[in-house]
Amino acid sequence: MKSGSNLEKILAEGKFAVTGELGPPRGANAGTIKDKAQHLKGMVDSVNITDNQTAVVRMSSMAASTLLVKEGMEPNYQMVCRDRNRIAMQSDILGAYALGIRNMLCLSGDHQLFGDHPKSRKVFDIDSIQLVSMVKKMRDEGKFLNGEEIADPPRMFIGAAANPFGEPYEFRVHRLAKKIEAGADFIQTQCIYNMERFREWIKQANDMGLTEKVYILAGVTPMKALGMARYMQKNVPGMDVPDWVIKRLQGVEKKKQAGEGIAICCEQIEEFREMKGVAGVHLMAIEWEHRVPEIVEKAGLLPRPTV
Amino acid sequence: MIVGNQKSLAEIKEIVAPYKNLLILGCGTCVKTCFAGGEDEVATLSSALRLGFKKDGKEILIQELTIERQCEDEFIQEAAENINSNDAVLSLACGAGVQAIAKRFKSVPVMPGLNTTFIGILEKQGLFTEECVGCGDCRLAQFGSVCPIARCSKKLLNGPCGGSKNGSCEVDAETDCAWQLIIDRLKALGQLNNLKAYVQPKDWRSSNAGGPRKLVREDHII
Repeated sequence: MKSGSNLEKILAEGKFAVTGELGPPRGANAGTIKDKAQHLKGMVDSVNITDNQTAVVRMSSMAASTLLVKEGMEPNYQMVCRDRNRIAMQSDILGAYALGIRNMLCLSGDHQLFGDHPKSRKVFDIDSIQLVSMVKKMRDEGKFLNGEEIADPPRMFIGAAANPFGEPYEFRVHRLAKKIEAGADFIQTQCIYNMERFREWIKQANDMGLTEKVYILAGVTPMKALGMARYMQKNVPGMDVPDWVIKRLQGVEKKKQAGEGIAICCEQIEEFREMKGVAGVHLMAIEWEHRVPEIVEKAGLLPRPTV
Repeated sequence: MIVGNQKSLAEIKEIVAPYKNLLILGCGTCVKTCFAGGEDEVATLSSALRLGFKKDGKEILIQELTIERQCEDEFIQEAAENINSNDAVLSLACGAGVQAIAKRFKSVPVMPGLNTTFIGILEKQGLFTEECVGCGDCRLAQFGSVCPIARCSKKLLNGPCGGSKNGSCEVDAETDCAWQLIIDRLKALGQLNNLKAYVQPKDWRSSNAGGPRKLVREDHII
């Protein structure tokens, strides 16, 4: 075992993993985390804690992850390259491990111009692939980026993101290969709606032997309403929402749209469970944590395995 | 070239308001080429200021002068008499020019009339684009002569982020995705394999992140 995290054990045993997501609050109340976490308890194997997602200031992902550990749950601590240099990052990784955090997701981060402090200065001292490589070096070699020994190295299960829908398409799978080579143990993908393109991408990854080297968790986000689908189709960078999703939501009356969104999500999960190269799903129910029990139940993902 | 953009007339008026005898000093190299601080711009700005202050009922004597380069001693000395005979200088050079003048004339206030923006090129008429951040360790050979540090919004060195769309950057649809350009060009050059290797974290010491830089040329020291 690299980290001994619950997520790592489940994946290593070949069980279909389910990860969830929890966005920290825009405030200092620990109770908000506890409340959101209760909906996810026993429903998912690990919970991603976002790091100032969309470049909007929120409670720190390390603090929120620690609160989750206190609830007896397992966080997947997200870290972005936007706000910290390599000194702060390594320091936070040591701290996170000391606080009981065992999974990390390494990301570039949404650009600050999209967020609530567009006047801020970006950092991007290292990029997401270099971050993956740095966390691996800290774990496997017990060394900091500068080559100096770490007294007690942090042993993280290392995650990275992949967007099969980003352009240029032909480079996407090579970028995945680079992330694996740099040290990613698992991959969580961007929200998938364009199943056709995802099937192509995973086939390429299978053909290149990449899915034997890394666990790929397919990202899903249930649409809450037609408006959300339209917004994501038009306004969210890197998102590919095909028209059939819009049409299906249009086809039902407004109060049934949420249910239809969940139905679409469950159908996707059903396909992912049978898809070669997919080791689990990453369920990003954005500000919809309370609907997660219903979704995982409907998708037949309960009970979650204990390892 | 170093690209600059003239400050608004309102801001310039505020900066020069305390002075009665003002020298507006143009620079005949980079900022002339980008139509911000050459002879023509000195003349236009001077007229606008004279008119503006006259309307406000304030008297100001403006002298105009443009030298070849405000960043070189040889040319700066050509302006010495004008600088010394005025209360203040409004320099239309880049930030380097403004400071070079200030260093050499300790008792004369020297103020910027431009915002120095970037090292760039005239992409097409009316459009200047940033191409270089002067990081001090050029890797253009590796990236098909498209700089990911200057031109990728996230300075990514190992490939595009997930937000590249139709060749545009997710941050601004009017900005090219540097990584799309890198990939297209390396493909055309048959060098796409360049991108498969992992690129190590950059050593930023050679850049401004390491503090103010100096370049010592032993072979030129007399």
